[in-house]
Amino acid sequence: MSDVTSIVLIGVGGQGTILVSKILTHALMSHGYDVKMSEVHGMAQRGGSVSTQVRFGKKVHSPLVGKGEADILVAFEKMEAARGLGCLKQDGILIVNDFEIVPLPVAAGRVPYPDGILDALSDKVRTIAFDAAGTAEALGQTRAMNVVLLGALVEALSLEALNVRDSVAELVPEASREVNLLAFDAGRDMARARL
Amino acid sequence: MKSLWSGNEATARGIYEAGVSVGSAYPGTPSTEIFESLEQYPDVYCEWAPNEKVALEVAYGAAVGGVRAVTAMKHVGLNVAADPLFTASYNGVRGGFVVITADDPSMHSSQNEQDNRHYAKAAKIPMFEPSDSEDSLLMMKEAFRLSERYDTPVLFRTTTRVCHSKSIVEAGERETVEAKPYEKDTAKYIMTPANAYARRPFVEERTRRLMQYAETTPFNRTEMNGTKIGVITSGIAYHYAKEVFPADASFLKLGFTCPMPPEKIRAFAAAVDTLYVIEELDPFIETFVRTLGLDCIGKPTVPEMYELNPERLREALFGTKPAYQTLPEKHVARPPALCPGCPHRGLFVTLKKFKNAIVTGDIGCYTLGAAPPLESIDCIVCMGGGFTLAQGLAKAFDASGRDDRVIFGLVGDSTFFHSGMTGAVEMIYNRARTKIVPIVLDNNTTSMTGQQENPGTGMRMRGEVAQVVPIERVLEAIGFAVIVVDPQDLDKMKAACDEAVKSEAPTAIVTRRPCVLIKRLRKARRRCIVDREQCRKCKRCLSVGCPAIFFKDGASFIDQTLCVGCTVCLQVCPFDVIKMAPLEVKA
Ligand SMILES: Cc1ncc(C[n+]2csc(CCOP(=O)(O)OP(=O)(O)O)c2C)c(N)n1
Repeated sequence: MSDVTSIVLIGVGGQGTILVSKILTHALMSHGYDVKMSEVHGMAQRGGSVSTQVRFGKKVHSPLVGKGEADILVAFEKMEAARGLGCLKQDGILIVNDFEIVPLPVAAGRVPYPDGILDALSDKVRTIAFDAAGTAEALGQTRAMNVVLLGALVEALSLEALNVRDSVAELVPEASREVNLLAFDAGRDMARARL
Repeated sequence: MKSLWSGNEATARGIYEAGVSVGSAYPGTPSTEIFESLEQYPDVYCEWAPNEKVALEVAYGAAVGGVRAVTAMKHVGLNVAADPLFTASYNGVRGGFVVITADDPSMHSSQNEQDNRHYAKAAKIPMFEPSDSEDSLLMMKEAFRLSERYDTPVLFRTTTRVCHSKSIVEAGERETVEAKPYEKDTAKYIMTPANAYARRPFVEERTRRLMQYAETTPFNRTEMNGTKIGVITSGIAYHYAKEVFPADASFLKLGFTCPMPPEKIRAFAAAVDTLYVIEELDPFIETFVRTLGLDCIGKPTVPEMYELNPERLREALFGTKPAYQTLPEKHVARPPALCPGCPHRGLFVTLKKFKNAIVTGDIGCYTLGAAPPLESIDCIVCMGGGFTLAQGLAKAFDASGRDDRVIFGLVGDSTFFHSGMTGAVEMIYNRARTKIVPIVLDNNTTSMTGQQENPGTGMRMRGEVAQVVPIERVLEAIGFAVIVVDPQDLDKMKAACDEAVKSEAPTAIVTRRPCVLIKRLRKARRRCIVDREQCRKCKRCLSVGCPAIFFKDGASFIDQTLCVGCTVCLQVCPFDVIKMAPLEVKA
């Protein structure tokens, strides 16, 4: 199944992983790929850890990405990168948002938020880490950090012919189109500088 | 037009294209989005019913009335609706009638793991098992044709990964289906013992005829590639098996699995050297294959617990282990939590003060009141159980003479209408000596499953205004004195509990404040802020379990992007260092 590419997005409920996978799959489909995407709804959405899996190629069967199978892992939060690491191929690329969301056991003071996550990650796999939240904030909309990460993901995919930018323009709300396109380009630049 | 649709969206499209007129369902993950998508097709009347039994009966009634009708529910919902299903199987239908059950292998959002294919066999009705979105659309349309042709309810059994995975689908046109004229036919539609006895052979005969259908339907498809390996499979497991077995393996993909096609299976088995049966959860197909005297590799080589995936299959069948990295020391659990501003929080903070009380909970967002740091619930079993478990505990304490305890029994508003009301009746009718305080957590929505309307919200599925069924008046009519309280006002909340505990008369509490996620109620939000200089670090504010509050650099901190200003932390702070932030006035 080597002609299938697998991508995993991991984050915290409410961070906009779903919109990113929607834009990406829209672009992949427009390009003529067979695409499958899988996500989990329900209980976990209440501030829990969430992940979306996308697979594309000539013919895709399983919508799921198993351990050691993802070509690219995009973590919308630092600690989630460590949690999701197992799905990444040994030679896969990790894109990680240098951003913390404190989970309840940490908030309650029962355990500390782990330190040195980014260093530990880059010791294990090829890692692109940057502050997507800061990048989006500088553009005037912190929420657009998901589209910054999408830009980085698309750069890492290095599929020259794939037009994701048009899908961004089509799928984000009209009022925030411009800032999202800027966010997308900024994400690409960030990743290009670090690849 | 090709679209990337989830199984649930494609199922809804299939219902629409099949010319269905009436749909009634009760939400439950992973089935909920079927009706949330169906809502977009104005040609189909659809509604949220109070529970699954009601939904199934309403849809069935519509089918008896001559139109095509559908119902949908999660796997445990079919336990609630099983009673009418088993007799509808005898009655048969006039318009086509399809029952959707969405099972949840691995219990992503469920209290148990259950293989509902057994229901088709037990109720003696035909069943489809889609593998992806395209199957979902096509099989749904076929299910309605089959229902009318064979005079039977049809079970449509899907699973979480089929429901929530997206794959490419080609949509078609809506079929025009004329309503069949209504005629009285008492021998067919009144299952008195005599009529049921007379109807019994029809059911067996129907199964025999359906077996012929199973032999010939294109939904039971043989894909011959080689003769070394043959794989019989169904549902999402088909796609996993396609990934895992070598390219020369042959497949018998069963999309129609009740009744099963013996000849097709025998012929397939005879054509291959080694036969595998790859299915998720119970050995449903495999048991049948073995009754044909055929040997195969199936359970327990293929695990019968939890959902399958290609990786688990590879390991189970071929012993291959994937290579990957981990960093277990760099992540801690991120359990789901009550949202900032959740109205349930105030109740749990209050219940925690009743040290000797027992709290029986129920299923909904308020199940999260069981998790630390709130930890205010003793036991939970199923929807409606919040009241009746309390009653059972009370009877146990009555019997053992330990009747000095207080039991709080909780149900949500949607759960009250679902199956909580009958428990309230039981508490009055068979009143216990042990004190029970039933509490309805009325957040004006069915929140856990995505904020659906319910009989208490004053709105219907498509936003039409509905007559409200007032919870407190229902409780009063049953025989309770009722205290309605805002759970976010901690003093009043505590006073309400104290009063209910002390009262001689049976007293119920309704905690009333809308869920912060209800879209139609979004309003200007306030925020709370900590005076960090004055914070005495007592950490009392952390005891409310709010995701917006944590300790930062040795003092309490409230994340202003998450806080909605519910003030529960402000009220528990013993030193008054939490204040309302000034309202931001937008320029
Ligand atoms: C028999 C059954 N049907 C459906 C579900 C799915 N379900 C879980 S929680 C819930 C809604 C509960 O709503 P409510 O009681 O109002 O509580 P809230 O989530 O709003 O706090 C539903 C429908 C279930 N677990 N069991």
